[in-house]
Amino acid sequence: MPSEVESRAIEEFRKTPIGHHSPELQVILNELRGQPMEDKHCLVCTKANREWQLAKTSGVRGKPVKMLSKKFTNLEDAEWYVFKQRWKQLRGETLR
Amino acid sequence: MLMKITGYADKISAAPGETIKFMVNSEAGKRYRADIVRLICGDENPDGPGYREKLVKTAANGSYKSRKQVIHAGSFVEIGASDVLDGLESFTMQAFIWPTTPEKGSQAIISKWRDRDKAGAALLITKENGSVALCLGNGKGKIQTINTGKPLIAREWYFVAASYDAKSKTVSLVQEPLHGYETKSDRGSVRRKSSVGRVPRHDAPLTMGAYFKKIDKGRTVCGGHFNGKIDSPRITNRVLSASEMQNLRSWPVNPELTNAVLGAWDFSADIMGLKVTDLSPNQLHGKITQLPARAMTGWNWTGEEMNWTKAPEQYGAIHFHDDDLYDAEWQVDFELTIPKGMKSGVYAARLRGAGHEDHIPFAVRAPRGKPTAKVLYLMATASYQAYANEHMNADAPVGQLLAGRLVQLDKFNLFLNEHREYGASNYDSHSDGSGVCYSSRMRPILNMRPKHRMWIGATESTLWQFNADTHITDWLEAMNIDYDVITDEDLHYEGLAAIEDYNVVVSGSHPEYHSIEMWDAMVAYQQRGGRLMYLGANGWYWRIQYHSEVPGVIEVRRNEDGIRTWEARTGEYYFSFSGEYGGLWRRNGRPPQQLLGVGFTAQGFDISSYYVRNPDSYKAKVKFIFEGIGKNEKIGDFGLIGNGAAGLELDRADRALGTPPDTYVIASSVEHTDIYLVVCEEMLVSTPGVGGHENELVRADITFHETQNGGAVWSTGSIAWAGSLAHNNYRNNVSRMTKNVLKRFINPKPF
Repeated sequence: MPSEVESRAIEEFRKTPIGHHSPELQVILNELRGQPMEDKHCLVCTKANREWQLAKTSGVRGKPVKMLSKKFTNLEDAEWYVFKQRWKQLRGETLR
Repeated sequence: MLMKITGYADKISAAPGETIKFMVNSEAGKRYRADIVRLICGDENPDGPGYREKLVKTAANGSYKSRKQVIHAGSFVEIGASDVLDGLESFTMQAFIWPTTPEKGSQAIISKWRDRDKAGAALLITKENGSVALCLGNGKGKIQTINTGKPLIAREWYFVAASYDAKSKTVSLVQEPLHGYETKSDRGSVRRKSSVGRVPRHDAPLTMGAYFKKIDKGRTVCGGHFNGKIDSPRITNRVLSASEMQNLRSWPVNPELTNAVLGAWDFSADIMGLKVTDLSPNQLHGKITQLPARAMTGWNWTGEEMNWTKAPEQYGAIHFHDDDLYDAEWQVDFELTIPKGMKSGVYAARLRGAGHEDHIPFAVRAPRGKPTAKVLYLMATASYQAYANEHMNADAPVGQLLAGRLVQLDKFNLFLNEHREYGASNYDSHSDGSGVCYSSRMRPILNMRPKHRMWIGATESTLWQFNADTHITDWLEAMNIDYDVITDEDLHYEGLAAIEDYNVVVSGSHPEYHSIEMWDAMVAYQQRGGRLMYLGANGWYWRIQYHSEVPGVIEVRRNEDGIRTWEARTGEYYFSFSGEYGGLWRRNGRPPQQLLGVGFTAQGFDISSYYVRNPDSYKAKVKFIFEGIGKNEKIGDFGLIGNGAAGLELDRADRALGTPPDTYVIASSVEHTDIYLVVCEEMLVSTPGVGGHENELVRADITFHETQNGGAVWSTGSIAWAGSLAHNNYRNNVSRMTKNVLKRFINPKPF
């Protein structure tokens, strides 16, 4: 389970994934967003400012970016989705 | 699906009557369509003014046959065929090397090799174990590689040599580390009989840093590219003793040894050019191809001299990379002679075929010596070029930290990620981790494109450099302002003459890279009463230089200070192109504040913010700037770049750094996120509290100051500024303020 401080930060992120953040949330984001490039989530813009497809970089020069099936129509949803994925990967916990 | 059509032009600008050649790689159907378009706005964001280009009828418009054109990246030295080398029988090849990727597979150091029938000899690093080896081939299917069996350590100097006695068929190898790591077993010498038999005479070129493969449409194509430095390569016509090898490390040598020397190349000669000089009487001079890095510290560099022009003998190394690229050297597909009367502006050759599309941008200038407007838009092509084909989006783990969100890629990024042969930007590192110090436009630059989105361009439109700057051309068009266009390159080569006839010069959003020629021209312009509207930030930051012999390539050395994605190695701070000290202009005694009133102070790439007016803004002198703008209005709390006019990279005024004392600091931005951090050159001691929430240096200042003879400079201090111009159908205070200034600057009346 996330700690109380983490829970507050997670809730803060869910409401505002991009923008002004508390120091507690920023520390978490520095870890989650600073992961190496191998299998790292990114977005491929498929309709300008309207649609983005989830993808993963390979971390190897020249090796294709892997396109995933999931698509988003706003960046906030994409950020929250990837946040949960990374939390699960790094902390082993499922966020809802 | 990856792009199937890409192209580039031989020129970045042309005036009426001048011709631009276009080179196209197309697998987009049997034929593709090329049309010239005038670019107005390259931003596809439906929340903005919308993508706009206008078709221009020219003789070049038409249907063309598709053909695939490929790029052969990787640098090398080529010495043309010669009798003394072609009939090589017994020999010694020797050099100093500083390998950077010895584990990466076969990498040729000195090669006299014909790949078609595998004939010849090559001193190389072997793929077997990363040690030094000699490869011999008899041209009849027999190839043998004899190696020392001692893997080289990356980034250490070695003396290496290989001899072959044609009579006894004996191969000798020397691998001598110059480091003093006692426990590392990387010293090796081998003496062994070769089973290859006679190595035939052949006329393939001698190459260094790669082996010769073939000629492809006039281009020498090599394989086995070496990553790292090579210094003092030599070839003799017989086997040398250890002491003779030792003597031959330097030049001149005694007459007896001289007679045995076929070639003794001095990479410290002609550093500024393409030529490679042979010191031997044979004068087997050659040339570099695809611009490997010159003015690199050599095996004998002592650390006492930092400037290669003062001690060239210590700069006898060339650093080769398997991904170096200067010129794609594609065949020409079509040409455009700029028609008389074609309006100056930003244009592109639009290529379309089988659902694929690319644009090749260029500037059309006013007829030579005949300006057609009072306003000149200075297209920041040197900066576009520094960013050319940037790969941080796929390579750099810090990307999402800088952007404060997920990195966004587009079709251009996906193509470049897979086609590394298209070359890198001055922000990238080579495949061996060393910094990319040269960047050319003689190749498709797929992030200098309309419709391109770049990950550091903040939320909303997410634009940067070339495409972000179309917000400026879009606004000029919407405001019905007549303007001419020139490029950085025009300013570099023509100096003041390129701009002196204009009342106002309007910059791009991020004109970061300037040569001294460009800088001096702008100073002279200001002193003669010229007026500059600096609509951006982090401008006039890095010093660059163009090559003196070949067109379209710049050099950057990321020295000692500043925001750097790589760092020049100590001792490699001076341009190979010119001998000038590179790095920041601030460290060349010219902080941008002197020229612009403001200079780089902070950066962040998530969301933008807004400005509030300062007391200076109410002074009579600058009243014209705020006409129609309320006292308490937030300036630019809207926009297509991060939702605000103050964002991405920020500049501020600083008297200590040269902001003129009579500068009006009329507005400053506030409320930046903690993704925005103070730039490192502002921090002598690393301390906490350098983010936007806490640090007062994280702000953009809008400034105005007068220069001599009625000149003036107005600076916005923010890259995001231009993204706010179109808000609310151009009826907003950013647009208003910019127009107030432009109208007043066009009026020659003194302030």
